Amino acid sequence: MYQSQAVFGITNTAKNPPLEECIWPADALDTIPDWVYTSQAIYEREIERIFRGDTWNFVALEAEIPNPGDFKRGFVGTTSVVIARAQDHSISVFENRCAHRGAEFCRQNQGNAKEFVCPYHQWSYDLKGNLQGVPFKRGIDKVGGMPPDFRNAEHGARQLRVATRHGVVFATYSEKTAPLDAYLTKEIADEFDVVFSGRKLKVLGYYRNELPCNWKMYHENLKDPYHATLLHSFLTVFGILGPGIKAQIFADKEHGRHGYMASAKPDQKYATVTAEDKAEMRSFDDKLRLRDERFLDFVREFDSPWTAAMMTIWPNLIVQREMNTLGVRQIIPNGPNSMVMQWTMFGYEDDSPELTRHRLRQGNLMGPAGFLGLEDNEALKFVQEGLCRSTTNTNVIKLDSQQLGTTRGLISESCIRSLYAYYRRIMDIRVAGEAA
Amino acid sequence: MKNMLAYAPSSVPPGRAAELRAEIDAFHADYCAVLDSHEIERWPDFFTQDAIYRVTSRENALLDMPVGLVYSEGRDMIRDRALAVAHSQMYAPRHLLHVLGITRVTEESGAVVCAQTPFMLLQTLVEGASTVHLVGRYYDRFVREGSRLLLSRREVVHDTEILATSLAYPV
Repeated sequence: MYQSQAVFGITNTAKNPPLEECIWPADALDTIPDWVYTSQAIYEREIERIFRGDTWNFVALEAEIPNPGDFKRGFVGTTSVVIARAQDHSISVFENRCAHRGAEFCRQNQGNAKEFVCPYHQWSYDLKGNLQGVPFKRGIDKVGGMPPDFRNAEHGARQLRVATRHGVVFATYSEKTAPLDAYLTKEIADEFDVVFSGRKLKVLGYYRNELPCNWKMYHENLKDPYHATLLHSFLTVFGILGPGIKAQIFADKEHGRHGYMASAKPDQKYATVTAEDKAEMRSFDDKLRLRDERFLDFVREFDSPWTAAMMTIWPNLIVQREMNTLGVRQIIPNGPNSMVMQWTMFGYEDDSPELTRHRLRQGNLMGPAGFLGLEDNEALKFVQEGLCRSTTNTNVIKLDSQQLGTTRGLISESCIRSLYAYYRRIMDIRVAGEAA
Repeated sequence: MKNMLAYAPSSVPPGRAAELRAEIDAFHADYCAVLDSHEIERWPDFFTQDAIYRVTSRENALLDMPVGLVYSEGRDMIRDRALAVAHSQMYAPRHLLHVLGITRVTEESGAVVCAQTPFMLLQTLVEGASTVHLVGRYYDRFVREGSRLLLSRREVVHDTEILATSLAYPV
């Protein structure tokens, strides 16, 4: 069921306050107020300050548009954009909006084109979004038509700044966004380069689903190792992440907005868990054994201490490396109570057919039907429902209380805490008891 | 894969196609009854030992992309999926109803029968409306083993472009 089909789908008015009433509780580090996830006014400021602010938004993989004329329809925040490769091989990102009457002229998810023509009045745009042709520009028999001072150059599709790193394409609305290297910060760029080392990617396919939850919850979920230990019995039983597994939950050192959750699975197929830890995990099931254990194979293909690293790059990208299943996920915000997730799964051009099949088999972990993906999607839906309908107003974020940044273990919310410390600054949200 | 989606005339004479259709109808009646009554652990019994089962979007199929929302090579993987859904996965309770269209038998060769059947999967969450969750077509390859048909390949190709939240059960 989509969010728009919800029968009990009304957000309590108290959960949808105007901006001036959005004041963070005084115990700022250890609490998150519900309106962060449910206020329309907050959501609109996020679109303006975050998605259209000084951030690099993931838009495509170069492997999706390898040749001149290749294009992809995508999103920056909620705005439909076209990502296209021109004859000079450069990549442009421009709004999918005809300058004339506003129609979204590009209707296909991807393809190859010489130009884009708006179907309504056939204004045409080149592969960089520049307006090329206006039919009857001088009228018929010199009657009607555009005024003499109309310049095509002033009416192109709105173009965004573009940056790429090892085959991954980002776009930004802001002139002030730092260069991509600096934006990512060193440790995040290093981890990014494990998957994106410059080896040519081969796209293996797409999934798309709507999650009836606020878009920030997806970031938090990947900064929250506590849930990984408890919600996902697959992770703990198979020793992918859980008690006794070497792990690092990292927050970038500059802003704490990017991060990764990395872990090193031991060579054995099934985890060894102490009786004491087992007793803490209701979902842990010793009897969970696979008939086809190829699923758990790990091909050591990267120079990295981690067998899995789930990375969040602010504001809209998740890089997924879970053993040998690789992918990027793009968050498309869709109002405070909804987001669309676009999953792009890939391997490398020089993978053997057997390695490709191994990636596909392991892909059962991810996506809207994945052993891990399904559980996250369902849990986040439950959270949003609870926030919208309840009478209490606060999330309790007290694990490893008051700590910020990279966690000291799995039972910690310090990465979520640092994300919100950053968020309050860029959103200009006041904390109760502090000066405005 | 892309070719599989393209229309191709059936090579099976109409009389024989009608007989096979009746047999496949009976297979599907049981297959859907098992899934709709959440008897998920019986689901692998509809497949051969080396069966391929995949659920993927029409977009992926048209682009010749190999991923599956569910991707199983062999009945052991199919059984692992069934056990996970039945015993370890966390998801909201729901009712499912498979409604199938008319089966088109496209090919018969020895013990092998190829067929296509449109499906609609309706989902009802405990607090929700009954909604169309997934629509598409089964592209099937059956093998006759003894007196019954088993699936040696089922490609579930769905038209639905954006899935609502998740796909908890197989299709």
